[in-house]
Amino acid sequence: MSVPPVYGIVLAAVLFVIGLAGVLIRRNLVFTVISVEIMLNAGGLAFITGGSRWAAADGQAMFLFILAVAATEAAIGLALILQLHRRQGTVDGDSARKMKG
Amino acid sequence: MQQLLWLIPLFPVAGFVVLTLIGRRSPIGLIATIGTGTVGLSAVVALVTGFTFAGMPAGAGQAMTDSLGSWVSVPGLSSMFTLRLDPLSDLMVLVITVVAFFIHLYSTAYIRGHGDYHRYFSYLNLFVGSMLILVLADNFLLLFIGWEGVGLCSYLLIGFWYEDSANGRAAIKAFLVTRIADVAMLIGLFLILVTFGTLDIQTVMAKASTTFKVGAPVIAAIAVLLLIGAIGKSAQIPFQIWLPDAMAGPTPVSALIHAATMVTAGVYLIARTHVLYVLAPGVQMAVAIIGLATLLLGGLSALVQHDIKRILAYSTVSQIGYMFLGLGVGAWSASMFHFLTHAFFKALLFLAAGVLIHSLNNEQDIFRMGGMRKAEPAIFWVFLIGAAALTGIPLVTSGFYSKEAILQAAWDFPHVGHLLWIGAAIGVFLTGYYIFRGFFHVFLGEQHTQVSHKPSRIFYPSLFFLAIGAVLIGFLKTPEDLGNISVVSNFLNPVLPPESTVQPAIGTEVVLQTIASLLALAGVGVAYLVYKRSLKTATAARAAVATHGADYELTGIQNFLFHGLGFDWIATNLFVRPFWWFAGVLKRDWVGGIYDAVGWLSVKFNRLLSLTQSGLIRWYLFGIGVGVLAMLGLVVLI
Repeated sequence: MSVPPVYGIVLAAVLFVIGLAGVLIRRNLVFTVISVEIMLNAGGLAFITGGSRWAAADGQAMFLFILAVAATEAAIGLALILQLHRRQGTVDGDSARKMKG
Repeated sequence: MQQLLWLIPLFPVAGFVVLTLIGRRSPIGLIATIGTGTVGLSAVVALVTGFTFAGMPAGAGQAMTDSLGSWVSVPGLSSMFTLRLDPLSDLMVLVITVVAFFIHLYSTAYIRGHGDYHRYFSYLNLFVGSMLILVLADNFLLLFIGWEGVGLCSYLLIGFWYEDSANGRAAIKAFLVTRIADVAMLIGLFLILVTFGTLDIQTVMAKASTTFKVGAPVIAAIAVLLLIGAIGKSAQIPFQIWLPDAMAGPTPVSALIHAATMVTAGVYLIARTHVLYVLAPGVQMAVAIIGLATLLLGGLSALVQHDIKRILAYSTVSQIGYMFLGLGVGAWSASMFHFLTHAFFKALLFLAAGVLIHSLNNEQDIFRMGGMRKAEPAIFWVFLIGAAALTGIPLVTSGFYSKEAILQAAWDFPHVGHLLWIGAAIGVFLTGYYIFRGFFHVFLGEQHTQVSHKPSRIFYPSLFFLAIGAVLIGFLKTPEDLGNISVVSNFLNPVLPPESTVQPAIGTEVVLQTIASLLALAGVGVAYLVYKRSLKTATAARAAVATHGADYELTGIQNFLFHGLGFDWIATNLFVRPFWWFAGVLKRDWVGGIYDAVGWLSVKFNRLLSLTQSGLIRWYLFGIGVGVLAMLGLVVLI
């Protein structure tokens, strides 16, 4: 059985919006990183859906790239959170606003 | 002797250069020697040249010229450094060098301990040099250099004690007022250049009398413009306001620059260009009227002054008024004769007043002096001689003969002559009154201020020489009924035409002289009576003034006279105040405001934009998200 591609795209869009809302709303940086992961996976899902729709391998290849990016992002994001916690004693993203104009 | 001519101005100018270069730490004796010596050398050269000159055979064009080379030479204008000595400039040169020498000598003691010695003498030497260039110049351009040079020195010396800002203001006032007149004079010189194609004085005079008829408008315009320059320099109405304030300078400076020499430069200028005034009778009439008005104004203002130097300053204004009256009625040589006697007796009065001021610890108020006859008998006598000469005490003083010559010429002037005579005779009465009012208050009665310095002995040679001159010089020109000596007129004849050809009856002349003499004596008498009465009635009030230094109570009319008949008020409200107002308006800088507004807007806009830089990453992301949505929306919709 095959799932109509539009379902996959809609799901990807819903996931992306949920992730974006998480990034914009949450002040806790751990949740921000999780939300970014959700957005990345939404992007990956869109590629997979596209690859399956046109029966091309490109979609799965792009997904592998996104996995790598997501792993790197998680590593760097967690390192930054640790640094912030060491300096500010909190993981609130809004506390790092020294660049206020 | 022609070769020596250029030495006359050279010595003082060289003295100025040397004094400026050697600096203030030089020994006082050296500075005094250079300052006085250079002027003395000039005086010697001037005397030698003058006597050679007087001995030359009389004849038309009696003059020596000395050309030092070309200065400006372009098409349409050529000017040489040419000096020219003729009887008129010779008279000026002799007075300037001799009087200046004695005033320099006097200053060596006067300025000691009262300021910057080398600066004073370098300015004074520059002044003498400029004045000599002014009177010796053979073209208007060189004359103008001297003219501005003396104005500059006047400014520098009025403000000599610049630590007091009032002196600086007086100096600026003198400089600005004369500068306004000088602009008119400069325009006059341009007009001469345009009309005659040359600035050479002799050529201009010759051309003017041959090519123009009496009443030619261009000649009248030139005459008016030169007249404005002359009345500015000579402190005549309406430019007289600077001279009383110029008394802020050291007293010898007042004697030399603001009495004997510089302020008579205007008289010299008109005498030098008298050909133009003969061609413009209306302007010449204006000269006479300005002179008459000024001599009355000066006399009236001097009546109520209590600063001895201001009395003498208004007196100078008034006496130069007599010279202008003489010029206006065509009595050229009588005017120059009055210049000659005035240089001596007014310098004498100033120097004598200077000794008093010096020895009374800078007291200048006649009501706080008193009793100086016993304290300073020598000064009493020389001041008496000066005051008598100024008043014109008959027969024995120089002032009598010189003023008489002008009065006589005024009487003989057609149509309005009698009126001019009456005005001038009232001036004679005022002169006697104001100077002897000061004299009685200063020398008689009790002494109000103790003598703090014994006068230096260096003062006396100058005073005695000038006193002798103030008596004897009068006999160089006497009226027909009193010896009929005419040394001065004969000497000046080659340059200046003789006075009116109308010879009045000897009887009229005697009557007029008697009336004028009686008026002068009446002035002295009234001054004495008023002085006596003031002793009785106002002893208490004067004592209060002497101790508390309160201001003098002046009634309305006295106050009006005291402030120079309101001319200062007019000048302040008509010119100075509006100018300050205008300067205040411009100070706000409307054009600059445009640029200020641009800057202000930029700063405000910067504040606005910097609000967006909140430092919150979530906000930035929100911005990015909105931006992406907007762009996508655009792509989809279009």
